[in-house]
Amino acid sequence: MTTLASTFNDSRVMLRRNLKHQLRYPSMTVMLIGLPIVLLLLFVYVFGGQLGAGLAVHGGRDAYLTYVVPGLLLITVASAVQGTSIMVAMDMTGGIIDRFRTMAIARGSVLTGHVLGSLIQTLVAVAVLVGVAFALGFRSSAGVVGWLAAIGILTLFAFALIWLAVALGLAAKSVETASNTPMILFMVLFLSSAFVATATMPTGLRWFAEVQPFTPVADTLRGLLTGTAVGDHAMAAIAWSIGIAVVAYLWAISLYNRRRAAEQR
Amino acid sequence: MTSVTIATGIVARNVCKSFGDHVVLDDVSLTVEEGTILALLGPNGAGKTTMVRILSTLIPADAGSARIVGHEVFADPDGVRAVIGVTGQFSAVDNLLTGRENLQLMADLRHLDRETGHRRVNELLERFELADAADESLSAYSGGMRRRLDLAMTLVDQPRVIFLDEPTTGLDPRSRRTMWQIIRELATAGVTILLTTQYLDEADQLADRIAVLDQGRIVAEGTPAELKDRIPGGHVRLHFADAHLLRSASELLPAAAPDQDQLVLQVAADGSVDSLRDLLDELDRARISVERLSIHTPDLDDVFFAVTGSHVSTELDGDPTPEGASTS
Repeated sequence: MTTLASTFNDSRVMLRRNLKHQLRYPSMTVMLIGLPIVLLLLFVYVFGGQLGAGLAVHGGRDAYLTYVVPGLLLITVASAVQGTSIMVAMDMTGGIIDRFRTMAIARGSVLTGHVLGSLIQTLVAVAVLVGVAFALGFRSSAGVVGWLAAIGILTLFAFALIWLAVALGLAAKSVETASNTPMILFMVLFLSSAFVATATMPTGLRWFAEVQPFTPVADTLRGLLTGTAVGDHAMAAIAWSIGIAVVAYLWAISLYNRRRAAEQR
Repeated sequence: MTSVTIATGIVARNVCKSFGDHVVLDDVSLTVEEGTILALLGPNGAGKTTMVRILSTLIPADAGSARIVGHEVFADPDGVRAVIGVTGQFSAVDNLLTGRENLQLMADLRHLDRETGHRRVNELLERFELADAADESLSAYSGGMRRRLDLAMTLVDQPRVIFLDEPTTGLDPRSRRTMWQIIRELATAGVTILLTTQYLDEADQLADRIAVLDQGRIVAEGTPAELKDRIPGGHVRLHFADAHLLRSASELLPAAAPDQDQLVLQVAADGSVDSLRDLLDELDRARISVERLSIHTPDLDDVFFAVTGSHVSTELDGDPTPEGASTS
């Protein structure tokens, strides 16, 4: 078998293993998919009436639903990558990783399997969330091209955060740590334009909200799905995604290799 | 041992490894001929697991060389990985999958075609008495079942060389015997096996040759019989009723080793009737009564004692101390 064919085969086997894990560990899968739905209901029905009144378009609950769906899509991604980090840490702290390392399998296929598995899980969670949003009355002005572009942007960003989560999972000494560190993503997400317009924030916070990666992604998704201006947000979103993906990928690979070299007895 | 052929199972030469200032392996050389079992015997912390990890490509050595079926371990790790199987001290199984799925995962990663893979998985499930639990999650598996599955996973692609790192540590006696039986069958089938153990009876039962590892050095090597021959004779253990009698006997026989806790005096003896009669006569003349005695023929523990100056625990303790934890 050639190197390329064996890389492909091994990654496919590892992907199937990860998908099976998701089915065998349904409590986590359900939690990761369920959390964004609960938050969607919370934002729309508890906060939505009040927050909607403050929107530039002076809408009510329905207007806020339209505003907040991109934010919830990002919550879905952040929630899913927390699972990635946990799964990677579980693998690294268990004995099976040593078995993989004594087998002639493609380097990195373990990580590739995690990344692709998480990407599929994320997209399923996103689809479920969009379904619920439609059921609540969300309507998009986007056509097929708009939806495809939105899905593309979201997938690219998810890919970047998944690699970041893989690195966090590798860096964690325990599964508990791996489950906690991705929480930082939620914090950063709340300090963005995902839930309220940045214009309403105090100066310092507003500055942070406008330079951080979640804001351009949220604004791009909002533009594509609900017809607000996309502007140069799309370029910023793509640049952030590629930047995070490259840095996180290099970090993850270096952690994976270092772990291998500095192995304890 | 210099006339070793290229295809010989395992050849390691002058392997050294330190972790920081701590020397774990100090110039270790060993050879395992194709189709034989070598037991690497030693207490916890002797460096057994480190040796296995180096030979199975998990960690690099600081110095030395090693070949597995002709493949250089350091220059061609993937060549080595293609011919070896490793079963470690801690179970290397996927806890979220079933037994069958674990084996199938190995078949897929070893690039067996679909039909061969299925056949092999079913064969192994039967042979390792896991067929009934094949589709159950591993949480339902006992310690012995997990260890059997672990070894079965190692055998999916019929490796030519197998490393077994303390394969029976923590197993109950029955599972231990099952495991021994499996290991013997593998050697009969021509697989080269390097086995580490801290149990003398295990090395004695299974191994063609034994290498005794102590504090990172090979201190003795040979067949079980050769090692036992290195000890000239056995000993007699004299049990006394009280400490006073033990002290008197100890004064009478200054060369013997007293054990105050057990009230036992251990006297070197070659096991002949004459020497025993002489010993008892001598005690009789001194009016020292012996409660009972036991005659001890030389075993590997004596060998170990002779070459390292300390005894190896032969008891099965269910709670294995990880290699490297410092027990003296």
